[in-house]
Amino acid sequence: MHIRLEKRLTPSRFMQIATPIASVLLTMALGAIIFQLIGFDGPRAIYETFITPVVASYKWQDVMTKAAPLIIIALGLSLGNQAKIWNIGAEGQYIIGALAGAGVAFALPDARGFWVILLMIAAGIVGGMAWAAIPAFLKTRYRVSEVLSTLMLVYVALQVLNYLVSGPWKDPNGHNFPQTPPFTPAQLLPHAIGGTDIPPGLVVAIVLTLVFWVLTTRSVYGFSVRTVGAAPNAARYGGFDASRTVWSTLMISGGMAGLAGILEASSQLGQINLGFPSGYGFTAIIVSFLGRLHPIGVFLAGLILAVTYVGGQVAQTVVHVPSATAGIFQAMMLFFILASDILVRYRVRILRDAPRTAPAEAVA
Amino acid sequence: MTIGFFIDALVTVVGVTTPILLAATGELVVEKSGVLNLGLEGMMLIGAVTGFAVTFNTGPDLGDWAPWLGVIAAGIAGAASSMLFAVLVLTLGSNQVATGLALAIFGIGLSSLIGAGYVGMIVPSFDTVFPDWLAGDPLWRVVFGYSPLVYFALLMVFAVGWFLNRTRAGLILRAVGENDLSAHSIGYPVNAIRYAAIAFGGALAGIGGAYFSMVITPMWAEQMTAGRGWIALALVVFSGWRAGRLLAGAYFFGVLMTLELYAKASGFSFLPSQFWAAMPYIAAVVALAVISVREVAGSEAPACLGRPFLPNT
Repeated sequence: MHIRLEKRLTPSRFMQIATPIASVLLTMALGAIIFQLIGFDGPRAIYETFITPVVASYKWQDVMTKAAPLIIIALGLSLGNQAKIWNIGAEGQYIIGALAGAGVAFALPDARGFWVILLMIAAGIVGGMAWAAIPAFLKTRYRVSEVLSTLMLVYVALQVLNYLVSGPWKDPNGHNFPQTPPFTPAQLLPHAIGGTDIPPGLVVAIVLTLVFWVLTTRSVYGFSVRTVGAAPNAARYGGFDASRTVWSTLMISGGMAGLAGILEASSQLGQINLGFPSGYGFTAIIVSFLGRLHPIGVFLAGLILAVTYVGGQVAQTVVHVPSATAGIFQAMMLFFILASDILVRYRVRILRDAPRTAPAEAVA
Repeated sequence: MTIGFFIDALVTVVGVTTPILLAATGELVVEKSGVLNLGLEGMMLIGAVTGFAVTFNTGPDLGDWAPWLGVIAAGIAGAASSMLFAVLVLTLGSNQVATGLALAIFGIGLSSLIGAGYVGMIVPSFDTVFPDWLAGDPLWRVVFGYSPLVYFALLMVFAVGWFLNRTRAGLILRAVGENDLSAHSIGYPVNAIRYAAIAFGGALAGIGGAYFSMVITPMWAEQMTAGRGWIALALVVFSGWRAGRLLAGAYFFGVLMTLELYAKASGFSFLPSQFWAAMPYIAAVVALAVISVREVAGSEAPACLGRPFLPNT
């Protein structure tokens, strides 16, 4: 008996939807077993991580707050991933975006009016784009792999942040903590929109999900991005310019990461400190793959990853699992989704070996 | 600037270079076989925590031998974690960039989980290889005053260079990386060779990680490799996939990483310390651009780098 893989003519739609769900369920099952084996209450740890934030309504605002930046960043990354352009430095663009927005805020300390926050958001988007422009330039001009350059720039961005919050932008009334002064009321977005639990970032995420859905499924641009990724030669023949795709996807994903950064700073933190980089830029890569690069999928996957963030903290206090637990579950989901990718593209056939009679005689 | 200061700085350079040299040497073999494993950072951290834990727990019984057992365990742990990556990319044909990243994220999480109970502990480190009158000599310690892992790392670079360029097995490995289909059709087991290369790369990354937790600072801290795994990846590209240039490049990055520590003492304090901390990463990006301008013959990426190969389809 042996196994043979047959390439599907078109990717299986059923598998595209079934495998992410299966990945989450498998992670829960395997996670429970592993944590039981290393001496924790495994099923309880899984329940608190994956179920509690969903059933306990007082956790919903927290989940939505964490989902918003993940979804916004992952929407941008998914576009690039479709073209096989790997921006894995969204964390850096997220940081620089927030810093650019904060820079506008500190330059206009006395300004009033809603335009202040709009200007900060615009600066955040531009900041993220500018940080992503470096890898785009190096890739199109010098063929430098964007995988490495985007990543290296995360570490540079971390030092820029470190420098600004402990030097020029340090809060003079901050008891020497490395943090900026708080934003003024005109520079702040509300935690949640008037009277509801819904954070402003989530509204932005919902709108952008729809925008990206139209962009990827209903526009020539979305088609050109997919073609560049799937068949570079055909794309060139069809007149789709590869370096324009590099530029546009990196600009869009960088801008989205910057937007997520300034939204987080202005609606949740109200200032920027050393703890600002929280790994959303890296987790968004998992969101992008778990959502199978589809905007609707990314939206749902963002909610699931946000649940594991919130639930991970619950499990930490209730079952006393270490803080790294959520990260391990997130990596397991990514492993499962990548492993199951083969089921989308190939049909797995289990064949019985034919009995070993000499075929040559039969012909003779 | 005294000669003593200079020797101090050199010794530091050799120290910070060793882990990235080990990890990059392993990755060189992996990439020569046509596979891109971005998970170095994760494998290094798993090696770091394993090496520390094994040394810590066997120390009371084994004494001086405990660090050796720790390093071997770190190598095995690195190789074992790399197999997770190998099954996905080789047998299941998954995307190598995403899978390598998954390995990095997984390694960061797993190492923090294992290491949670070891924070704040200290392990005994290696003795120097050479006798005290050489290793402790104020001048000659720059050559003889290191832990065994430093010499092991140098040995591995030369061994890998010799293996890739002077042996039949190395030629086959390169053939698999340059043209998997041809190698397969003349009967070489492409994926078996790649499995072996990935395991070797994982083992060296694990040992490189152990250097952090057992030599540089003999204690465990979360994410203590601090992004050096990514520098090692850039180093492989920078080297043009050649062992000789890998060695030179590693020391170049070692100097840059040391600048942060010595910037104040050597009068470079007019720039903020964060600038020097970011320096290796800025240099890596610049270096990648520079080498693409000055393309040297034979320094191109293996042709099949990053491409999955599924023979039974």
